[in-house]
Amino acid sequence: MRYLPLTAEDRRAMLAKIGVDNVDALFRDVPRDAMAPLSAFDLPDAQGEMEVERFLSRLAAKNIAAGSAPTFLGAGAYKHHVPAAVDHLIQRSEFLTSYTPYQPEIAQGTLQYLFEFQTQVALLTGMEVANASLYDGSTATAEAVLMAQRVTRRGKAILSGGLHPHYAETVETTAGLFGEIRRAPVTPGSAEDLIGLIDEDTACVVVQSPDVYGLIRDLKPIAQAAHAKGALLIAVVTEIVSLGLLEPPGAQGADIVAAEGQSIGNGLNFGGPYVGLFATREKFLRQMPGRLTGETVDAEGRRGFVLTLSTREQHIRREKATSNICTNSGLCTLAFTIHMTLLGEEGLARLARLNHAKAAALADRLAKLKGVELVTPAFFNEFTLRLPKPAAAVVDALAAKGILAGVPASRLGGAADLLIVAATETAADDDMAALEAGLKEVLS
Amino acid sequence: MSLNNQGRPTGAGEAGAGAIATISGDRGLDHEEKLIFELGHGAVGVDLPDVQVPNDRLGGMRRKAPVGLPGLSEPETVRHYVRLSRKNYAIDSGLYPLGSCTMKHNPRLNEKMARLPGFGDLHPLAPALATQGALALIRELMTWLTRLTGMPAIAMSPKAGAHGELCGLLAIRAALAARGESHRTRILVPESAHGTNPATAAFAGFTVDEVPAKPDGHVDADALEAKLGPDVAAIMLTNPNTCGLFEPRVKEMADAVHAAGGYFYCDGANFNAIAGKVRPGDLGIDAMHINLHKTFSTPHGGGGPGAGPVVLSERLAPFAPLPLLVADGEGLRLIERKEDAPGGAKPFGRLSAFHGQMGMFVRALSYMLSHGRDGVRQASEDAVLSANYILAALKDVMSAPFGDGPCMHEALFDDSFLEGTGVTTLDFAKAMIDEGYHPMTMYFPLVVHGAMLIEPTESESKESLDRFIHVLRSLALEAKAGKTERFAGAPRLAPRRRLDETLAARKPVLRWKPAPLQEAAE
Repeated sequence: MRYLPLTAEDRRAMLAKIGVDNVDALFRDVPRDAMAPLSAFDLPDAQGEMEVERFLSRLAAKNIAAGSAPTFLGAGAYKHHVPAAVDHLIQRSEFLTSYTPYQPEIAQGTLQYLFEFQTQVALLTGMEVANASLYDGSTATAEAVLMAQRVTRRGKAILSGGLHPHYAETVETTAGLFGEIRRAPVTPGSAEDLIGLIDEDTACVVVQSPDVYGLIRDLKPIAQAAHAKGALLIAVVTEIVSLGLLEPPGAQGADIVAAEGQSIGNGLNFGGPYVGLFATREKFLRQMPGRLTGETVDAEGRRGFVLTLSTREQHIRREKATSNICTNSGLCTLAFTIHMTLLGEEGLARLARLNHAKAAALADRLAKLKGVELVTPAFFNEFTLRLPKPAAAVVDALAAKGILAGVPASRLGGAADLLIVAATETAADDDMAALEAGLKEVLS
Repeated sequence: MSLNNQGRPTGAGEAGAGAIATISGDRGLDHEEKLIFELGHGAVGVDLPDVQVPNDRLGGMRRKAPVGLPGLSEPETVRHYVRLSRKNYAIDSGLYPLGSCTMKHNPRLNEKMARLPGFGDLHPLAPALATQGALALIRELMTWLTRLTGMPAIAMSPKAGAHGELCGLLAIRAALAARGESHRTRILVPESAHGTNPATAAFAGFTVDEVPAKPDGHVDADALEAKLGPDVAAIMLTNPNTCGLFEPRVKEMADAVHAAGGYFYCDGANFNAIAGKVRPGDLGIDAMHINLHKTFSTPHGGGGPGAGPVVLSERLAPFAPLPLLVADGEGLRLIERKEDAPGGAKPFGRLSAFHGQMGMFVRALSYMLSHGRDGVRQASEDAVLSANYILAALKDVMSAPFGDGPCMHEALFDDSFLEGTGVTTLDFAKAMIDEGYHPMTMYFPLVVHGAMLIEPTESESKESLDRFIHVLRSLALEAKAGKTERFAGAPRLAPRRRLDETLAARKPVLRWKPAPLQEAAE
């Protein structure tokens, strides 16, 4: 077996040193009737690289990769171009095959990039502090609600109807154990009245912008109303590139920002691994979930970085920890921070403008088709169309033509005639023309 | 000094010039590296068109102030991260004996497979027609994991071990509610457990009741059985446990908790000791997470991402979270909503936005197909053999708290062999850094004093193990002989000396700020 260095002779010598005859003697404490023979496992035996590659490559070929087709899928995961340097650098052995940096003297590489990552996230979101990542945007949102429940000592959370329904369900599944989760109904393409729902029992209001239908929300009046009642505003961002062009949540009064960072540096990966971004105000620092990297000095006075404030975490505080999270999204944060470094101020601004320009052009093109209506008046790179036919059937018909047209809202529990369409910098003119022509044909 | 015929020195010159102060501040291959915020100078590392959108559709919400990001070109960016990478220890560069963390070799084939566009560039909400291969891969992995564990069902969406624990406990909570027994709120957790166990129990709304360990390192099964009662929801046991020992009375404890009306959650972090040898389903467990980043070698990546699928017993299977993978006449598809769940299924909810850590699934399946059932079994045997070899070779100079063994995949020592030397577990571990090794897990599990938990894994050759043993024996003998110079203040040869963690926590600096702001904050 190519991954196992011990030879039969090594094994014999090691057993002799230990003083046993065979390896099963080392499994002494296992009840004998629980020892399973190899034949108990109805599974194949070892295969060479070539055979494994052949099998998996054929499975992969049965899927339609985003880059192989005109792609307009979004709703929480976005196709972006990732510079070649990103994937090369994250495969450096010293990043890829290292553990959580619990031994800081020999983990300064990881710790320094995490410190830089935390700074980038704080700057992007307009917040004071950010952690070293959570699993993804949806779990970050659930953690934000749990944190708001701790901070305010209240249970109720009000979720905007524009919050991605899968995020809302994730919140209900976890934070729902500690208080009422109320989802506000929404008309796609417009903002619901959240302010009227906030009362003295409200821990937080959760608002996604741009929302799941693509609509950009104004958070300021909601923040003011929440603060007036002692509640927190949690801002959710599923398309982090939007913050290159939009007013950040921190400037609108958000207390916690929970975001999905997949768009920067990370591939679609059929839903994971992604990277949860989590930022807040300094005054809530000790209620934050997840790992934090901080600056310090070593015994010779040189700057260095360590994991810090770990008295919040499970390995120290056990059942009193702020979260149960241990493993986070280490390597995905590295991909994020490298891509963001390559972009810089100017690159991110250009990327965001390009996304918006593409989406605006596509929205105008498609809204001219007969029976098609644009329902999202203000959007970044994603908008919703009302179609004269059920959107799921339209999407299937276009997929059969090799076009990934968008996400039918019905897939997320929304109306049957709504199609959520995203256009990023990867949407070329001929891709848009293909979608326009295909949609026209399917709708006729 | 000898010179060649161009006057160029060919010998090593004067020896012992190790600690000179350099002009640059760098030391050979060890470069000091600034933060990107100190390096940035307005360059751009990508080429994108400068599109202006004067008539934007942003609803008046356009950003007013710049973000404040630094600008670096591609060569500067590449150099920055390459230099940072060289400050890290890695399994690819040396033995990484972190007990309970399982730092085994990460085959590169798995990386290549995860990057196939059909997997890596596949949108999670693409129509079923476009994702049949991905769904088939998930189903294949489900088959492997359920057959290796001898369990009937599995939930794939948990994103790491702790998330898997949450999945298992929420399934238990839902099962109790369905039985009308939501008054069962107490969970028994051994004091030797990973911190995530009690944290997850609290996170899932349960109270935690600690079960002591016996002097032999096993969970006190009698104490556990005495604590069972009508308010107990479940026990959470790690098996093999965090002392590196298999619980011999595991089936008896399983029977006892079932008789008392509770469930048995098993922390599967140490499944790598028994995969292909023992089926957890034969031990009476109801739920167990599998850390794909431990047992099935998806890379740890400096702290993640992981993946923590959870196998479930018949009793818990109906409560598995969304999405559900089903096969019908038209192929494979995902059930995304409770109202669409097939008969009998009562999903407890949803754990995250999509369907789990697909990138990790591809890597783990690639690992399993490569190893096969025989290779998985051999890997477990080699991991256990290597740990016992280390235990046998070190027990006379270090102190093994639970006797001569055997152990499972990790060897536990305490600090009694250092008593009176002035050397602590921390000092001992940091001295290993100067010897070119990552330290073992320290001060965990909590049930022995000054714990040192060594997990060599199956990835080390005998020569590598022998060299490691030689270094640890020598360190232990030096400490005991009172030769403690190399311990105090170690490490000396790492990119940094010991770091001031107290300062970091007392005055937290968690992000870079421009100089004037930095001063104002102090």
